[in-house]
Order: sequence, then structure tokens, then C-alpha cells
Amino acid sequence: MDVDAVSQIVLLSLRIAALATAGCVIPAVGLAWLLARRRFPGRTLLDALVHAPLVLPPVVVGYCLLGLFGSRTWLGEWLVRTLGVHLPFTTGGAVMAAAVMALPLMVRSIRLGLEGIDRGLETAARTLGASRLDTFFSITLPLMLPGIVAGAVLAFAASLGEFGATITFAANIPDETRTLTLAIYTALQTPDGEASAKVLVMISMGLAIGALLLAEVSNRVTKNWLRAQ
Amino acid sequence: MIELAFSVSQGDFSLEVAAVLPKSGVTGVFGRSGAGKSTLINALAGISTTARGLIKVGDEVFLDTERGWQLPVERRRVGYVFQDARLFPHMRIETNLRYGARRRSGGESSDLWQGVIDVLDLQPLLRRWPGSLSGGERQRVAIGRALLSRPQILLMDEPLASLDAPRKTEILYYIERLREAYPVPLLYVTHSLDELVRIADHLLLLSDGKVMACGPFLDLVGDTALQPYLGRFEAGSVLECVLEQHDETFGLSVLSFSGGELRVPKLDAPCGTRLRARLRGRDVAIALKDPPELSITNRVQGEVLALSYRDGPYVDVLIGAGNSKLHALITRESCARLNIRVGLSVIALIKAVALDSRTVGYSRRAR
Repeated sequence: MDVDAVSQIVLLSLRIAALATAGCVIPAVGLAWLLARRRFPGRTLLDALVHAPLVLPPVVVGYCLLGLFGSRTWLGEWLVRTLGVHLPFTTGGAVMAAAVMALPLMVRSIRLGLEGIDRGLETAARTLGASRLDTFFSITLPLMLPGIVAGAVLAFAASLGEFGATITFAANIPDETRTLTLAIYTALQTPDGEASAKVLVMISMGLAIGALLLAEVSNRVTKNWLRAQ
Repeated sequence: MIELAFSVSQGDFSLEVAAVLPKSGVTGVFGRSGAGKSTLINALAGISTTARGLIKVGDEVFLDTERGWQLPVERRRVGYVFQDARLFPHMRIETNLRYGARRRSGGESSDLWQGVIDVLDLQPLLRRWPGSLSGGERQRVAIGRALLSRPQILLMDEPLASLDAPRKTEILYYIERLREAYPVPLLYVTHSLDELVRIADHLLLLSDGKVMACGPFLDLVGDTALQPYLGRFEAGSVLECVLEQHDETFGLSVLSFSGGELRVPKLDAPCGTRLRARLRGRDVAIALKDPPELSITNRVQGEVLALSYRDGPYVDVLIGAGNSKLHALITRESCARLNIRVGLSVIALIKAVALDSRTVGYSRRAR
């Protein structure tokens, strides 16, 4: 396996993980806020649905995605017709699979941060003339930031390692959906692929350690920035 | 005028308020914990939305349940100082201070800004973060932040409760200064009468969710009928005094009041300062004739106005001297022995050491 091929795989993996993470942030903030702060009918169901990927076998999650977004399903057809987006067996699908798998991790992390925020601060902001929306953006959201950053790092690392849902929903197509983990799996399936697998495993380990370091650094930076009162 | 006619029920606690407060000066909202003090100002601020009835501040209707009207918190223009300061931890002090000001129509006023910064000595704190401030400093910032949002009324909920004694004195000093510089009506919630003695003009007395009394502070605080709500060991009288002179040799200050003079441990305030002295009933003794060879120098000539018998072995003797009224708490036994009765001319004896900076008005600057 030459350097070009390896870097291709690494770049594709990083791109998919980054897009999945970025795509998760806003829904995760919204869901975390809903689940932590609001009481509404169906809250428990929503909670279960968001967290399902944590407990379901990833292959099952991939299968469910196929059932939802497959080209013959209503949602899949609608996506192709209105947005021209075809998810199954594309890079977009790999992003989607990674995002769905990473979402609960991010929601949990953000929710934990949100529950740690003193609601009295929000009340104080209201007495100072801030509307609910203003209070959310000027007080709640900035204070959620450490949780969001921690959640994003976690989601990114999880996305890099995503396998089951991706291979089921997006398949294993070179240069499109063949991420690091899928490439390692493929290399092990081919005769004489041992050497390539070894290289890819080393890179995978390096990225994981990098993500851990990043988590540590970002944690320290946000904690410093946000000195607890 | 602040019109309050509302009720709040929360579980098995209910608060029933019907009172009219002046829209000026400092109104002390006093009561034991659980009396409903915080519930009252939270309803006024709009933080708790369970109040039913009418709340009006000046011409502005905050709440009118009959007409289905409720003004949201952010439009009531109440400056609220919480017990725990509640500074925004992700903003520097300067940004904290400007938070409210930026959100009021008309934007910020540089005169008000400079004035508040000066009165509360906030300049050295502006670049710092809330996490690095002491409790007293935080509370000063919280007061400044509330004031800078140009409120039509200031609310303080036990602002000194989480501070140690020297910090309490310090913050009280700032509140006194602020009261002179900015005549914003202030509702001050506390369970400490000592704090109110320093600053209150009016009193709203709460007990078990009901208003027991509402009126001028000095009248109410000496009202025997209300003593049970003020607590036996708080019982006493408050005298309005003027600081006449300092006695450097013995480290004393001389205060004059209608009816006599008091010598107290030296106060750190200039001559001419008006201040209040609180005399606890148990610190006042009674003599029929001027006793010779006694250490007590504070001797006030007066006449017994009333005797009220309390639970246990005590009698509360109300003594009139000039326009002032003094309470003396003595035993029934002493009362009978000296045959103290209404109309009798007596001398009230007050130990100077009973009057320290904690009970005498204008707080010394604690630095």
C-alpha cells in the first residue's frame, strides 16, 4: 500500500468524522436542552430514541438507517427529489451513520454540562432585562461550551472508529466510504494485506491518542476560560 | 406607591399580602425564615409566576390576574441583588456590570456608570473575573450591576447572609452611601434587625405568610405589640442621634438625641453625622434616683409610659425621654421591689459598651 493510498484513507476518515461531528453539534445542543429543561409528552420516548445507538448493535443501527433513508423509502425519495441527496452507499451516508452513532455521546456530555449550570444565573439575566432567547445565547450557551467541546471531541473520536453502521448503511467503497476501520478490515480480508493493516492500525492508534490529547487540552482551555464562580 | 394585593400558594405554604409601600426610601421586609419574605419579592420581580392578584409599582401594572395581565420579568425594570451575587462567571466584571445597562432602552449612560463605579469603589475590579473576587466584592458588583440596569425599584434578598461580619459591615456601608447618591426605592429582605436599624425607613413585617405590620420603621420597631415578632432578644428601641463630639482621651464619642446624650465607644465618622443607635431592652437598667459611684455614665431622665408583662419573669418598661422612647427589660421582681408604675419619674441606665459599632448606625469602613 503506497503513501498516496494511505493518506487518501486517512483524509477521508478525518473528513467524515469532522462532518459527522459538526453536523451533530446543533441537534445535540437542542436535544440536550429539551431533555434537561423541558417536560413534555413523549420526552422519555425521545430520550430512548436518542440513546438507542448506544445500546443497539451498530449493524442494526445501519439497517434501520437503510430502512429510513433507502432509495425506495419515502424519506429517501424525498431527499433525492428535493435536495438531490442520495445517502446510502455514499460519503454522505458514512457521515450520517457516524453522526447517528456519535449523537448520544454528545447529547450526554452537553446535558451533563447543562445540568451543572446554576439556573439562578439565568434568572439574574432576566431581571437585568434579557429575554428568554437573549438569556439562552448570552448566558446558557456560553456556559454550556465546555460540555459542547468535550462532547465534540468524544463524538469525533467515536466517529473515527465507527464501523458497523457505516459498513451496513454506506458499504465499503474505496475513496467514498472506506474509512480507516473499514480499510483495516479489508486489508485483513485480502491475502498479503497484513503489512497494510499494520500501518493502518498504527495510524489509527496515533489518531486516537491525538484525540485524547486534544480532549485534555480543550478541557483545560475551556476550564481556564470559564473559571467556575 | 407600590401596591401589593396578592397571594401565592406553594404546597402547604401560602402568602397573603395586602400592603402599600412608599416608592421611596428603604423598606425593610423582615420576618423569620419561612415567613414568606423571598416569596414576596420574587412575586414582585416576576421570578415566581404563581402569584394571583394585583401588583402595581407607580402607574405600572406588574400583575393583574383579573385582567389576565402579567408583565414578564425582563420588562419590570427591577434591580435584583441575590444572596449569592450570581455574577456571570464567563464575563469580566466590567461586562457583568454592563449586562443590564446594554439591555435597557436608551443604552448606557456614562454619568451613571462613573457614578456607580465611584460610589461602590469598583474601578480596581473591572478587569477581573468573578471567580477571583471575595464574597464582599462580588456583592458590591452585584449591587452595581443591578443599579446600572436603571431599575425603577431595587430588591435585595438577604444580600449579607453569606458574608462574614466585617464584610457585612462593609457592604452595609456601601448600601448607605448608595442610598444617599441614588434615591431608587429599595426593598431589603432580611431576618436581621441590626441591618434594618442602619438603613430602613419603613418596615414590612411578615410572619407565617401574613403581613403583621407595615409602616414607618422607628414607630414599628418600638411597638410593644410587635415585639413577639421581632424576637425577645432583639427587643428594644432605636434612637435617632447626631454625633456631637469625640473624646480622644478615653476613646469615646458623644451622641445627642431628643431626651439626652449617649457616650459610646468611638465611632469612625465625622461630627454632625446623623445616625441611629439601637438599645436592646436587656441593656437598659432602671434607677429611681441618680445612683452615686456607679460605672454607668449614660443616664437618661424619663418617665414611665407603659408596662407590659411578658411571658416568664420579665416586664418591658417603656420610658419616655424628650421625643424618644426607650425600652427596658427588667424582671417582675425588680419592678415590684421598686414599685415601678406608669407616670413614675425614673433614670434609665445604659452601659456604653452595649453600644458598639454593631448597634450604632453609620457603619465604620471595614478595611
